[in-house]
Amino acid sequence: MSTTVISHDAAHHGHDHHHETFLTKYVFSQDHKMIAKQFLITGIVMAVFAMLLSILFRIQLAWPDAEFPILEVFLGKWAEGGRIRPDFFLSLVTIHGTMMVFFVLTAGLSGTFSNLLIPYQLGARDMASPLMNMLSYWFFFTACVIMVASFFVESGPASAGWTIYPPLSAVPTAIPGSGLGMTLWLISMALFIASQVLGGVNYISTVLNMRTKGMELWKMPLTIWAFFLTAIVGLLSFPVLVSAVVLLFFDRSVGTSFYLSDLVVGGTILPNEGGSPILFQHLFWFLGHPEVYIVVMPALGLTSEVISTNSRKPIFGYHAMVYSLVGITVLSFIVWGHHMFVTGMSPFLGGVFMITTLIIAVPSAVKAFNYIATLWRGNIRFTPAMMFAIGMVSFFVSGGLTGLYLGNAALDINLHDTYFVVAHFHLVMGSASIFGMLSGVYHWYPKMFGRMMDERLGYFHFWLTFIGAYLVFFPMHFMGIDGVPRRYYAFTEFPFMEKWVSVNILVTWAAIVSAVGQIAFLWNFFASIWCGKRAPQNPWNSNTLEWTTPVEHIHGNWPGEIPSVYRWPYDYSKPGHDADFIPQTVPHSQTMSSNLIHDWEGNEYGIAAQRVYDKEHNRETEG
Amino acid sequence: MELKLTMNNAELRNEDELKSRKAKKFNLWLGMIGMFMMFAALSSGFIVYTASGVDKGIKTILPYAFIYSTAAIVLSSITMHLAYNAVKANQTGKQKMFLLITIVLGVVFFFLQVNAWSVLFERGITFVNSNASQSFIYVFTGLHLAHIIAGVLVLVRCFIGAARNIAPSDNLFRMEIAAIFWHFLDLLWIYIYVFLLLNQ
Repeated sequence: MSTTVISHDAAHHGHDHHHETFLTKYVFSQDHKMIAKQFLITGIVMAVFAMLLSILFRIQLAWPDAEFPILEVFLGKWAEGGRIRPDFFLSLVTIHGTMMVFFVLTAGLSGTFSNLLIPYQLGARDMASPLMNMLSYWFFFTACVIMVASFFVESGPASAGWTIYPPLSAVPTAIPGSGLGMTLWLISMALFIASQVLGGVNYISTVLNMRTKGMELWKMPLTIWAFFLTAIVGLLSFPVLVSAVVLLFFDRSVGTSFYLSDLVVGGTILPNEGGSPILFQHLFWFLGHPEVYIVVMPALGLTSEVISTNSRKPIFGYHAMVYSLVGITVLSFIVWGHHMFVTGMSPFLGGVFMITTLIIAVPSAVKAFNYIATLWRGNIRFTPAMMFAIGMVSFFVSGGLTGLYLGNAALDINLHDTYFVVAHFHLVMGSASIFGMLSGVYHWYPKMFGRMMDERLGYFHFWLTFIGAYLVFFPMHFMGIDGVPRRYYAFTEFPFMEKWVSVNILVTWAAIVSAVGQIAFLWNFFASIWCGKRAPQNPWNSNTLEWTTPVEHIHGNWPGEIPSVYRWPYDYSKPGHDADFIPQTVPHSQTMSSNLIHDWEGNEYGIAAQRVYDKEHNRETEG
Repeated sequence: MELKLTMNNAELRNEDELKSRKAKKFNLWLGMIGMFMMFAALSSGFIVYTASGVDKGIKTILPYAFIYSTAAIVLSSITMHLAYNAVKANQTGKQKMFLLITIVLGVVFFFLQVNAWSVLFERGITFVNSNASQSFIYVFTGLHLAHIIAGVLVLVRCFIGAARNIAPSDNLFRMEIAAIFWHFLDLLWIYIYVFLLLNQ
């Protein structure tokens, strides 16, 4: 079934080519590199779409009483008289959240970089099952199309929030968005889950089965560890969302009462009785919380790699980095209750969830400190990728700190569902993951397209986005502490919120400016595909295997045999070596001048040879 | 030289085939973990829901049909194993016979489940129900039946392969995959049944 031609004979490989048509090369491709690009470009399109939605609702929040006739031109009845309608406002925040969380930061991030880097960095010709990989992309693409299509439905797209809590989402007559729009949302999500499970199974299987010779688990780059653990989290949590959605579907369409009870809509009493909306929240957040780690862990992995490479230093605490990822993976499944502190949960249970939640601060802090320790006294190269990686750490820290407040069951009574929460997760998972993703794009662009991106535009993009994101999300903390609830349509309707309208104007302008700044990225990204400087073999002097593949993509990744791996990926600036990096493919026998005894991992011949060499060259090494 | 090269390629392809089969089998295990998680979620949903009030719960004796269907699916697991043994011993005739029995038992299982539904329905335990613990019975069995349909299709594909005399190694691999999946469905049903029995 695998279509990859696997011939260890390079000369033979050349002429034995299957004929590729446009359709099999660019559309229904089973090649991991092409699928990665498909995921990335679809992700970028979705990100732009979701960003535009956010600009629309930001306009409403900043100028709730003003009229913008141009909105009516584009949105028609959704913005009659140039003002966004309340139910459309709800649709905007719902679809913005759904697209960003699932389509951009889950599929766009994991889909792109797991597909690109797992085979490349592990030394595999392709994924374990290229067919499943292709299906994964096309399920995802269909999910995107259906979600966008819901904007063309008479009653509008889903509008119950990205968490689709019943009863709002379960009663089709409750609001316009709970009708056909919600059905489309559910169909789209079902396809998306299928895509994620297919993809995730493939990532796990590839990591465990397809590593090249010498690539032990403890020699894998941290990117791969992150993708691997992310895929495990996804495999265990997405099926739970299936169950939740199946029950929701029955409540909506068949009339069961899993989630519904004692409802009166428009003066009529609904027949549903005995259900529990809290049940949905349990099931949803059992996925939903791991989901935020699905979003952030790949970004952490990419950041590790970029920071180490560009600091010209080994990553600080490689094992600690892996164990903290494992810790986050395990803990992510036992903290979901912190989303439900105020649902009438017993205070004891709330206390348990509070403790597990606060414990997550430990592995997260380990990671943050290790990034900073890696930068410490590094020979830092401030490439655009590096800037975004450092920005990622910044957001991860400043957003993570507020997690300690929100994770506290007592404080959460005050803070839940306010702008404080919005600020928290937009920094720690939104901005941090987007920055991790952009860092990855700038860093691996040469590998994806064989060209370099423009650096100056990169810096311009970074500063606009970095400052813009802080200006947008930082003021929201203060609104939240003042008790301003999220998802409210007009701040002018409540006297205590009116004073925040002026802050909203600042936030909206910051959002607009940084949204315009993304044009720099889009131009840079798409123009460089054709007009960028040609990429050298190893533009960042990096150690990992993907930089040993030819710049021009070929089927099967390596023309000859797959290289073997002899060392971990972080031998940067190793004392005694003439270059400041030693690729993973260089055996220790070629680097006698920089080896330490423990590099030989107990190989007696190697240690003996090393001792002779050290004696001859008057070199001191540790025992 | 030319000959050596082709042989080399054939060997490589073979090795590659083995590796890819190993990966596919591994994918199946991962997929089964995913499927199990779905039912684990339903189980915990059931527990949380049922604990929410004294008027909740199954509140009936599960239909006897479930005992018969359990017997049918356990038997089908045994015949599946026999079919798999037959393939390993290269007895295609025996394989086809046992495979056919397994398929028939799968179909019997399907109808016994549907029959159990009608028994429940006659008792007034409907799917649309203000005591959703009872609706859960339908969800558990229904989702399991959806998997059974998929399983039967996999078995039919095996049968067609065997009937068309595909290459023995392909036949064996198909059977291996189908057997793992079918045993999983069997165990899954036993889990569901025991879970429901403990809560009735």
